[in-house]
Amino acid sequence: MSDYKVSIFALLLAVVGLGIFAYKLRVLGFPLQPHVETQTWTVETRVAFKAAGGPVKASLFIPGLTPGFSIMAENFVSRGFGFTTPYVSGGRQVQWAVRQAEGAQTLYYRAVVYRDPTRLQSDTTPPFPPVPKLAEPFNTAMETLVERVRTRSADPTSFTAELLQQLARPNGDQEVELLLGDAPDSVDRARTAMTILAAARIPSRLVRGVQMTARERNVDVVPWLEVHDGERWLYFDPVTGNEGLPPDFLVWWRGEDPLVQLDGGSDLDVAVSIQSTAADPIVVARRRAEAHQDRIGEFSLFSLPIESQAVYGVLLAVPIGALVVVILRNIIGVQTFGTFMPVLIALAFRETKLLWGALLFSVLVAIGLSIRFYMERLRLLLVPRLAAVLTIVVLLMVFVSLVSHELGFETGLSVGLFPMVILTMTIERMSIVWEERGPGDATKQGLGSLMVAAICYLVMGIELVEHLVFVFPELLLVTLAATLLLGRYTGYRLTELLRFREMRSGEG
Amino acid sequence: MLGWARQLRERGVLGMNERNTEYIMRFNPRRLYPLVDDKLLTKELALKAGIAVPELYGVIRAEHDIAGLGELVRDRQDFAIKPAHGSGGDGIMVVTGRSPRAPGLYRLADGSVISESEIGFHLSNILSGQFSLGGHRDVALLEYCIKVDPLFSEYSFQGVPDIRVIVLRGYPVMAMIRLPTRRSRGKANLHQGAIGAGIDLASGVTTYGVHGNSRAIEHPDTGATIAGLAIPRWEYLLTLAARSYELTGLGYVGVDIVLDRRFGPLILELNARPGLNIQICNRAGLRLRLERAVALPAEPDIAARVAKSRELFATAA
Repeated sequence: MSDYKVSIFALLLAVVGLGIFAYKLRVLGFPLQPHVETQTWTVETRVAFKAAGGPVKASLFIPGLTPGFSIMAENFVSRGFGFTTPYVSGGRQVQWAVRQAEGAQTLYYRAVVYRDPTRLQSDTTPPFPPVPKLAEPFNTAMETLVERVRTRSADPTSFTAELLQQLARPNGDQEVELLLGDAPDSVDRARTAMTILAAARIPSRLVRGVQMTARERNVDVVPWLEVHDGERWLYFDPVTGNEGLPPDFLVWWRGEDPLVQLDGGSDLDVAVSIQSTAADPIVVARRRAEAHQDRIGEFSLFSLPIESQAVYGVLLAVPIGALVVVILRNIIGVQTFGTFMPVLIALAFRETKLLWGALLFSVLVAIGLSIRFYMERLRLLLVPRLAAVLTIVVLLMVFVSLVSHELGFETGLSVGLFPMVILTMTIERMSIVWEERGPGDATKQGLGSLMVAAICYLVMGIELVEHLVFVFPELLLVTLAATLLLGRYTGYRLTELLRFREMRSGEG
Repeated sequence: MLGWARQLRERGVLGMNERNTEYIMRFNPRRLYPLVDDKLLTKELALKAGIAVPELYGVIRAEHDIAGLGELVRDRQDFAIKPAHGSGGDGIMVVTGRSPRAPGLYRLADGSVISESEIGFHLSNILSGQFSLGGHRDVALLEYCIKVDPLFSEYSFQGVPDIRVIVLRGYPVMAMIRLPTRRSRGKANLHQGAIGAGIDLASGVTTYGVHGNSRAIEHPDTGATIAGLAIPRWEYLLTLAARSYELTGLGYVGVDIVLDRRFGPLILELNARPGLNIQICNRAGLRLRLERAVALPAEPDIAARVAKSRELFATAA
């Protein structure tokens, strides 16, 4: 009955813990491994112009609704200008304005963007476009082309593909050449395609964006064609006719308007540069959680001050160490002084590293023990005696630090956090066991403590473990579930198999 | 490894984890622990119920009481000092004699002589909680020093042998005797080298001895044969053990009984977490016996329980 309740409870804890873990991992994109980095890009737009002396207004399209990407940070550098960032028909704009300006002016917009697969295009279905009225002979050419493409296609998607194929490879086709005109660039091709698509009553629009690269100073703004198939927007390359957006294509703005519109200035020069940088995926995941207005993602240890974070980084590993102690004591059957003394010793090992820590522990306990035996003769009361041993332990640590510093070992200096009280209690307990049960038992328990501490240290020090408990503290619920289940373990301890070996076989 | 575990399971060997969860937690309510963890309380309880225990000479409760030690034991040649909350025999000091010429000198069980101030230091350590579980403040008991029954003089080196009976719900289920040796320095603790011998619950005769991890045929210091020793007044001894259930209400206890030359069987202490070595000495698993005892009906009549136990848990011939 009780077993069954514990199992249900443990299962519940594990499910909750793993559920939050999975959500943070899959949806928010918290990293499973330490030291991974996420690629982000810094996109910078520089707008330079000469102001005429009167009021100046400049509007620059900036990324807003960009499928597949999210903005982590934005900066507007515009000395003397006021600015707003309204949504306009083509997307999002920054509008700079100043009452009076003269001479060379430079405005900057900088955004840090990162991949965000959860960001999708959200748009309403557009109305059917009106059939364009063109002058002859263009109108006839258009109608002929529409007829021809329609016979070779089945739906808006295949229509667009077929049309763009025709536009891309005219092969001496008179209608196409007439409609495209001489030496068409990609924008011309896109515009022509939009006209013909409108004639076939298929909604389409021009979209501009940039191809993200590792580093480029003068990025071309590329036009792309968006076609609505009645359900969603599809992307087509206006030059080749291929469907789909290229990877790492940042959609910037839509429509016919230019990137920058300027009133009250001349000699406009616009440059877009891109640089890819690596960023901590945790920062990115947290931004994503903020964007989602997600309490779970925001409710993270990373919102604490750095100092507290360091403390919790250590603290969160303690339950893992405790679980190790549970396994070593209840499943294996190792004897130790005190229940969780080894975990605290293991924490001290973090400062000193294992070899030094173990050496230090043994030396301090051995010297402390001999001094404790001497003190037995002085017949001090318990508390003063403990205080005296504590003082001696501290003095020994100072001594060790000084000696190791003289010898050039810097590790000796980091013993400061070695838990003196724990050492003192260990020495006291060990001396009692020594007196009452003999040196054999005392040494056995001492070595057991040291061994458990070393294993705890090794497990708690696994970088992945540290990373997981810090980024996903909910995993401690799973640890708790495991601890609960181990709490109901009634089987033999491994050492008992040896202890009762006489009884394994033979006569009854 | 799994094979080993299965063999132990088949033979009904009780492991530490199972003992803790299935018997101690199930049959021993936490609130009853003080009754056995505090030896002073146990003694008071036993006296009230008319159960034989070693006589209490005095209690040292505070540091300044230590000065009155000489006065307390003025008329006693021998006595034992015990921490009320000690466990596993830690902190027990047995004084067996005093120097007739220098009243401040005492002889201990191992023959050494110490001064009153040294005893005072030991008492002070007891008071400050050195031997108590968790290091809490403690009190020291001064009590009657058990005189070994001559029957056991050949079976023990110094010290006093004690008989441990495991009792479940008032039914004795297994018993052993612990014989001090030179190696155990007169202590009846198996960890420290005392010999343990199983006792047939039906007859009260020892069956099989264990010393450390190996079989003991003879006592290493006296040469006496371990097996075949008949414990006198066995029925009475089992009754004494079985009464511990009514005394404390604890369902699963180890009752430690000594045989005194003058007073016969005396309850020395009760243990709410008795060890598992008794299984090795008896070459029998506790779990099978405990399971059978669990199934027995609640029986208020102590004699009937003892009779039932002797019938059920006799060592198979």
